[in-house]
Amino acid sequence: MQGGLVSAADWAAVRLTLELAALSTGVLLVLGTPLAWALARSRASWKPLASALLALPLVLPPTVLGFYLLLLMAPSGPLGALALPFSFGGLVVGSVIYSLPFVVQPLQQAFEAIPESTLEAAATLRAGPLDRFWNIALPLARPGLLTASVLGFAHTIGEFGVVLMIGGNIPGRTRVLSIALFDHVEAGDHANAHRLAAGMVAFALTVLVALYWLNRPRRATGAGRTAP
Amino acid sequence: MIEASLRLARGEFSLAVELRLPARGVSALFGPSGCGKTTLLRALAGLERGAGRVALGDVVWQDDASGHFVPTHRRALGYVIQEAALFAHLDVRANLAFGERRAAGDGPRIPLPRVVELLGIGALLGRRTSTLSGGERQRVAIARALAAAPRLLLMDEPLAALDVARKADILPTLERLHQELALPIVYVTHAIDEVARLADHLVLLDGGRVRASGALAELLARPELPLARQDDAGVVIEARVAEHDGAYGLARIEFAGGALWVGRSERRADALGQRVRARVLARDVSVTREAATATSILNIVPVLLEAAHSDGATCLLRLACGHDAPAAGDARLLARITRRSFDTLGLRTGDRLYAQVKGVALMG
Repeated sequence: MQGGLVSAADWAAVRLTLELAALSTGVLLVLGTPLAWALARSRASWKPLASALLALPLVLPPTVLGFYLLLLMAPSGPLGALALPFSFGGLVVGSVIYSLPFVVQPLQQAFEAIPESTLEAAATLRAGPLDRFWNIALPLARPGLLTASVLGFAHTIGEFGVVLMIGGNIPGRTRVLSIALFDHVEAGDHANAHRLAAGMVAFALTVLVALYWLNRPRRATGAGRTAP
Repeated sequence: MIEASLRLARGEFSLAVELRLPARGVSALFGPSGCGKTTLLRALAGLERGAGRVALGDVVWQDDASGHFVPTHRRALGYVIQEAALFAHLDVRANLAFGERRAAGDGPRIPLPRVVELLGIGALLGRRTSTLSGGERQRVAIARALAAAPRLLLMDEPLAALDVARKADILPTLERLHQELALPIVYVTHAIDEVARLADHLVLLDGGRVRASGALAELLARPELPLARQDDAGVVIEARVAEHDGAYGLARIEFAGGALWVGRSERRADALGQRVRARVLARDVSVTREAATATSILNIVPVLLEAAHSDGATCLLRLACGHDAPAAGDARLLARITRRSFDTLGLRTGDRLYAQVKGVALMG
């Protein structure tokens, strides 16, 4: 395909984007699942504050987020020693923070939908806290887990503002799809812009259709009691 | 011996109980909704944290004096609730295996095939839990609890969500558990018919306090307790089938202090010598000073008036079966009569009377 419809440089951007999305989604699930579990189970006073902090990326312009992340990561900032700005690692950190609510919220909702009595029943059957989490909560939250993964992945792919602020536009390192598209438009290269844009639309649509299909309501799932 | 000394406050409600329950048989926690019976059961399981002490024989589950608290998942108990709480992502077999795999060596193991047979769920093993009926869900929930080798089975209104037919279906199964497993059961309910049928020991709860606790037959026969004021107040009598009258389809059951004729039923085993439990409602018992001879009443039992308790227009009499000085083990009857009859007959405690029993229900 290289040298065909899509240029090598654009393919590099596609590959980089997919790598970034896959890695970010992995990190998001590892961090987000226990966080969502804690939020779903907790009645502590810190819960509203934690929920609000978590929802911030939903309402803030990505550039605001990127700006503060850049300050944090700057050589003189608290995370300066990690040399994150304008690196792939920096993009991962940015994506994780940016996409966190998209992963935590579906997971939290899925965990909250599990009746307390189900977890208590597991406890009375000698399942300890970790056992209950792995063998009851996670399997029952499977639809939420799927939604969280897909949304986290797709949202990272669509990210622009945060990347621009902390990653810049370094081919092969931080030049992701959305930036490459922006470049083409800036350069008046509408043909290439169209190919990338249409590709992203097709990809997003495919992913969402797959998601809705997998999570479609099936007959009598779980809670419903059928007549005797 | 199950020991519970628990205190707990939740907003307006407070629970404060000192209880000793027998280590055998079914102990029923009975009372109106909001009396604390579910909270008490949850505290026994460790699902609710009260202050005090909980012990099952020599195993101490909670002792705040020494800072000892065993979390629920380390207690050898089974817990069955009204909603069954089956695991929706597992089929019936996997639900049963969940508890069985985790059973520690500290409880009496009942082999899974035996559990399946006892609960009659052999045909359900491959089914998804979402396809089960209410009665089936409850059977699976009980089987799952038993598979985890509990030393104590706690049941919170396990039949409350079922219709009358399902309930009648599953009650004999519970009786079988009771008879065939040496497993103490604490059973929460607000249905007196379940108490009368299943319980050996009864705890009356009201407003988070224990109103009375004792052997079922003894408590049911106490006219001063709120139980006796209910329309379906009545006693239970442990008896033995002594005689059959095939021509009239009757059986005579004998008990300490007397005997009664009851109608036989094809559905019920009543072989000679079989132990049965009979229920006699207070409203079905009347008294006479002389034994009536020309009467359609089949059961006339000589009794001694032990106590009378009046509430408004009616009077509840506590009657010891037999004309001799009553012994502790003698069966008791309750009779509800009008206060006017009480005065007209000039009844006094110690009077020798004849109880006319109009209805007796055999319960397994």
